[in-house]
Amino acid sequence: MGSSSVGLEFHSSNDPGAIRGGSDPQSAFRGVAVFTKVVPLMSGTTQYAITTEDLGLWYGDFQALKDVSVNIRHGIITGLIGPSGCGKTTFLRCCNRVNERYGNVTTTGTIHILGKNIYDPDVSLIELRKSVGIVFQRPNPLPISIYENVVFGLRIHSRWSDLKRSDLDMAVEQALREVRLWADLKDRLKEKATTLQLEQQQKLCIARLLPLKPDLILMDEPCSALDVEATTAVEELMLGLAGRFTIVIVTHNMAQARRVSDECIFMLLGEVVEHDRTEDLFLNPKNTKTADYIEGRYG
Amino acid sequence: MWLTMPLLHRPKWKVVGEGLVEWLIRICGVSAVIFVFAIFFFVFWEAKGILFGEDRLDLWKFLTSEEWYPASESNPRYGASALIAGTASVTVLSMLIAVPFGLGAALFISEFCGPRLKEVLKITIELLAAIPSVVWGFIGITIMNQLVMRIFGAPIGLTVLNGAIILALMSVPIIVSIGEDALKAVPDSYREAAIGLGVTRWQMLYRVLLPAAKNGLLAAVLLGVGRAIGETMAVLMCTGHAVNNPFNTTFPFLHPLDSVRTLPATIAAELGETAQGSQHYQVLFVIGLLLFTITFVVNMTADLVVKGIKGK
Repeated sequence: MGSSSVGLEFHSSNDPGAIRGGSDPQSAFRGVAVFTKVVPLMSGTTQYAITTEDLGLWYGDFQALKDVSVNIRHGIITGLIGPSGCGKTTFLRCCNRVNERYGNVTTTGTIHILGKNIYDPDVSLIELRKSVGIVFQRPNPLPISIYENVVFGLRIHSRWSDLKRSDLDMAVEQALREVRLWADLKDRLKEKATTLQLEQQQKLCIARLLPLKPDLILMDEPCSALDVEATTAVEELMLGLAGRFTIVIVTHNMAQARRVSDECIFMLLGEVVEHDRTEDLFLNPKNTKTADYIEGRYG
Repeated sequence: MWLTMPLLHRPKWKVVGEGLVEWLIRICGVSAVIFVFAIFFFVFWEAKGILFGEDRLDLWKFLTSEEWYPASESNPRYGASALIAGTASVTVLSMLIAVPFGLGAALFISEFCGPRLKEVLKITIELLAAIPSVVWGFIGITIMNQLVMRIFGAPIGLTVLNGAIILALMSVPIIVSIGEDALKAVPDSYREAAIGLGVTRWQMLYRVLLPAAKNGLLAAVLLGVGRAIGETMAVLMCTGHAVNNPFNTTFPFLHPLDSVRTLPATIAAELGETAQGSQHYQVLFVIGLLLFTITFVVNMTADLVVKGIKGK
């Protein structure tokens, strides 16, 4: 992110090749491999945001993912469905390597995000997580002001001297407008984010990813703690963001997967059973296990 | 056919026994409160003669005069300010040493080290807390005394610095265990949120953990202070026990190589030598009241600060 354009614009293109252009002084400053710079070279050859090959994952002795090979397309919403314990959250958390904070995780296979294998030794976790944002099941705004929550990402990824007050203000307004919180919160930016309603908290958690201009947004059951109206609001928000961001959403709620996703992946016991366009998966499932799950015979 | 009601009463001894046990537990519960008030009352009772009696102590003089000559035949003077300064100097210096070490150790144990090392460290630090204070006094008199003399060239090693180092070692376990609790109480979701946004470990520390745990960490420091103020035996042995004000108005404002005497050490050393009920005896109880008040305020503040986090 250039120092002059901090948080001023979000992607407005469907073309993956156009997403990552400019130089990135920040990552060069950190002296690590520049994750985002490699992407434009590779992305010409792929239309996929996430490509995994034989991804396996163990928590200690327990194998949570088995030979997961999927291609998740760029710029659409992909839903991950399946019964509890099928590995969908684990898979999601692999995509920005958040699950490595538990010490006993072993991973095999590869995950390419926009053409770059994120398990390569030269990948910086910091840059990876900057470009792959994640929204958690329970809204988890930090116990600081609303304003500081939104600019948190900018603050940690920029040098102090590069951040101008006006840029930050603009980034906050833009991000909050994007998630439709601006009208409600513009006079309350100094208030503590943890005092907001759950729906607002979850929208704020989405908003705080936006100033970093991520390529992907991962959502781990983002509506499971919300009531019906809040769920609708967040779903509308997701549909509004689709196209500019690749969104991968884990959900227990099959109706939700049907409403919001363009493609769906059905997982069972750590394996991918079926991956298809959402209508096809729900109307004409090819696999009997998928059909049984969708009809509610188990799960 | 009629249904019969089962017997609804229980044997008398069961009912009575249960009530007894309940009362016993209730008494245990409130006993702590009773003891605190009883001790405060006792100390106050012993000191009341000189606080409110005919020949009462000039409190202003007591708090500001540096002249502590309680055993003088002709003109006993009871000025505790040098003793207060002694306690303050040792406490401040020991906290300057203990707080960075204690909080650093708490952070390391809670956030940076592996689970196995964590267990080892926690047990070791608890062991450190279990060493009796007189043993710490030994170490102060023998090892630390030599070290202070050799390193700083002081004529005598029983000084503020010596006492402060020993006190720091004694307060570190408290700061570590309370501080670690405070860090453990930071919800994991905050850590995940920050990791998800790509923080480094240091950013996590000063942007998320320290702000979120600041009340608990402050409480840890205050409990360490409380420990340092009240400590008697180790300080009595390590600081040289000379009535002396180590503060002065020029930089660095504190002479760490002076010998001092602290409030609790004075009580411990002199109470056995006084006649019960004498003026000197009563003044020592006034010192006791003073100490009691200080530690009470410090602990109370720590408690309120901790409640502050949980209330939100």
